[in-house]
Amino acid sequence: MTTKLREVDVVIVGLGWTGGILSKELAEAGLKVVALERGAPRSSESDYSLPNIRDELRYVVRHDLMQNTARDTITVRNNPQQEALPMRRLGSFLPGEVVGGSGVHWSGHTWRWTDMEFKIRSNYEERYGKKFIPDDMTIQDWGISYAELEPYYDKFEYTAAVSGKAGNIGGRIQAGGNPFEAPRTRDYPLPPLTPILASEMFTDAARNAGYHPFPRPSANASQPYTNPDGAKFGGCQYCGYCQRFGCEANAKGSPHMTVIPIAMRNPNFELRTHSWVTKVLKDSDGKRVTGVTYTNVLNGEEFEQPANIVLLCAYAINNVHLMLLSGLGQPYDPVAQTGVIGKNYCYQTGAAATLFFEGKYFNPFMNAGGSNATIDDFNTNWAFDRAPLNFVGGYNLSGGFNTPLPIGYRPVPSGTPQWGSDWKRATAKWYQTAMVINASGSVMANRYNCYDLDPTYRNAFGQPLMRMTFDYRDNEHKMGRHAAQIVNDIAKSMNPTRLNAASARTDPWTVVPYQSTHNTGGTIMGTNPRDSAVNRYLQSWDCHNLFVVGANVFPHNSSYNPTGPVGALAYWTADAIRNRYVKNPGPLVQA
Amino acid sequence: MTGQEFDRRGFLKSAVVVGAAAASAATIASPEVAQAEAPAAATPSAGPDAADYAFFNLDEAAFIEALVDHMIPADEVSPKGTDLGVNVYIDRALAGSWGKGDRLYMQGPWKQGAPSQGYQLPLTPAQLYRAGIAATNAHCLKAYGKTFDRIEGAQREEVLISLSTGKISFDNGLPVRVFWTTLYQTVIEGMFSDPIYGGNRNKAGWAIIGFPGIIAVHRDHVEQYRGKPFPTKPLGISDMS
Repeated sequence: MTTKLREVDVVIVGLGWTGGILSKELAEAGLKVVALERGAPRSSESDYSLPNIRDELRYVVRHDLMQNTARDTITVRNNPQQEALPMRRLGSFLPGEVVGGSGVHWSGHTWRWTDMEFKIRSNYEERYGKKFIPDDMTIQDWGISYAELEPYYDKFEYTAAVSGKAGNIGGRIQAGGNPFEAPRTRDYPLPPLTPILASEMFTDAARNAGYHPFPRPSANASQPYTNPDGAKFGGCQYCGYCQRFGCEANAKGSPHMTVIPIAMRNPNFELRTHSWVTKVLKDSDGKRVTGVTYTNVLNGEEFEQPANIVLLCAYAINNVHLMLLSGLGQPYDPVAQTGVIGKNYCYQTGAAATLFFEGKYFNPFMNAGGSNATIDDFNTNWAFDRAPLNFVGGYNLSGGFNTPLPIGYRPVPSGTPQWGSDWKRATAKWYQTAMVINASGSVMANRYNCYDLDPTYRNAFGQPLMRMTFDYRDNEHKMGRHAAQIVNDIAKSMNPTRLNAASARTDPWTVVPYQSTHNTGGTIMGTNPRDSAVNRYLQSWDCHNLFVVGANVFPHNSSYNPTGPVGALAYWTADAIRNRYVKNPGPLVQA
Repeated sequence: MTGQEFDRRGFLKSAVVVGAAAASAATIASPEVAQAEAPAAATPSAGPDAADYAFFNLDEAAFIEALVDHMIPADEVSPKGTDLGVNVYIDRALAGSWGKGDRLYMQGPWKQGAPSQGYQLPLTPAQLYRAGIAATNAHCLKAYGKTFDRIEGAQREEVLISLSTGKISFDNGLPVRVFWTTLYQTVIEGMFSDPIYGGNRNKAGWAIIGFPGIIAVHRDHVEQYRGKPFPTKPLGISDMS
């Protein structure tokens, strides 16, 4: 039996960064907002506090803050000919499952994606001709411009306490910043983090090679900070426990200590935790949605929450899953190339080298989530000519560390035994005296990389699991080879005692080990309903009172972390709803 | 040392037989026998007594102790695996929620799948471990005439190389590499996780690599120790609780 509740103005599914931003903004606009979060309420004060938060086994290895795959997971395969099987535990990516979502356990890397992405097809066709883009590469322009999004990037950076150095303010290139970034109206709210030895050495090597290194912009407060909403940040302690952990110092910009508590103080807002949304309900004419059905996972009781506006703000994969489960929009068919829901799933790729320097102490346990130095010369730089290399997209390179805690990170030179005294000696010798150079690469959309519902496997609610079909294509392999070569050239120029060289990946994508929680696409944005699920305001083309917010709207994936545009688009959508949609409900863009 | 552990296991096994026989033959088991033999069981001070195990049976305990002491031998770098409590860590992990399949999607149908599709066995980690130890011992019996804990060091080395490279296959059909991956990962966890989980005793695993543990405040250290060794006495969760 389903209990039907009283109608509210807005129901929000999922309370991470996007749900948190929209909750705060829409409650402030006078709308009655209910947020439904499947996970538990957790706070910095009681859950992310010392000493218990410093537990690699619990948070990194056992996934304490992550989606529980016993209850809901996805099935995976590399191509449509293969039988998809369930991802029986998490590995390659880690969706969060608490109040704050993945915004609790991210590292804080915050990038501004530019027109290089938003106008990708136009850009490449104009520069290299239509034939440069392979037939099965289903990239498309996003229907939005950097200039339109700039104020919202700014808003997100100041909300999340991003530390960094501007490279381009109003068209003037700034020394020490990223010269390839798009113009910004002002600098970051906080100066860059203190560099660690590894980032300094990478910076010197990159500069000597003629590249343009800069400190990675990151929502790790380089000093104590109060954001424009009054949320207070402590200064980053460089504790080394950043990615996968909540921050005990409240130095990492996270929704649970910024937008969510502000929304909670607003009487227009109500949060219901342990609330698992199973379906979005469609009106009989199919032009509107009427609310959602959810289950209280503490007792199994089912509710219907009617609402004037439904916002899907769950993790990118789960937003697409809900669309498919609810029969919203036409499911994508990769053979006929019809439909849109599930289209253009993308991921990321990379290549990494480990450099060993005898007697040099990097102290890898002292670092912030964003301590690494970066170059964008092979990414947002059009002077990097793709024509001779014949690939679309790019990669950014960084030097430093990524969660260098000892269960997961114990670098030894290739050829070292895996156990015994020699292994122990090598582990003891190199843990502190190694560093990593990493390339993170874009993945272009391909017609066969997509989502649909699995025909066999079901979740704890008896619903079909989401099926993911994904593999890397020639485009990514070509880019990977180039990236590995540049990584190795820089690494060799640093004269390490030993080098585990980078190599381009050639194997199929696999669900283990961890790669990145940057899953994009599935309900992509665009300029018309034939090849996109939502318009430029993330509004469903089919049901005008349904908005789908998150990286699931990205038509392809860049080399950057996605949270910058995810946060900016949440603010952009909030503005469109409060200033335009509420006054005149209906499509914000005519199909 | 191997002999000593063998003796302990041999004693405990025969004690169980004696106890069972006594219980069935008479209404009251002889307390004198148990008391007289008890100190022998307590004599080996390195590592926990077999009776402390929450998951492993005697054969499995002998296997895991031999394994962790082979993979982590006592040398100038650190004490041996059982002295680090790696065996205890693994036992607790297998007895606990992780071992019982917490967070593991356990619905069929079960298919082998491609390596890229990850773990696909219908087994919890505890079941996998149990079947894997039995299969490894079966392999050792066939190859050397003795179980893993009773073979020589060079033979143990040969077995571990075979497991890690997948050069052998198990008669019971268990995929060798899947067992090895789990085995290896848990040994690493037992060496480097916080001591509250039973391993990394005295933070000796962290001391090997100079990892300071849960020390949290490096704000001033970043510049002060840039390029210099950081003097550290590691701290764990219980040191700050």
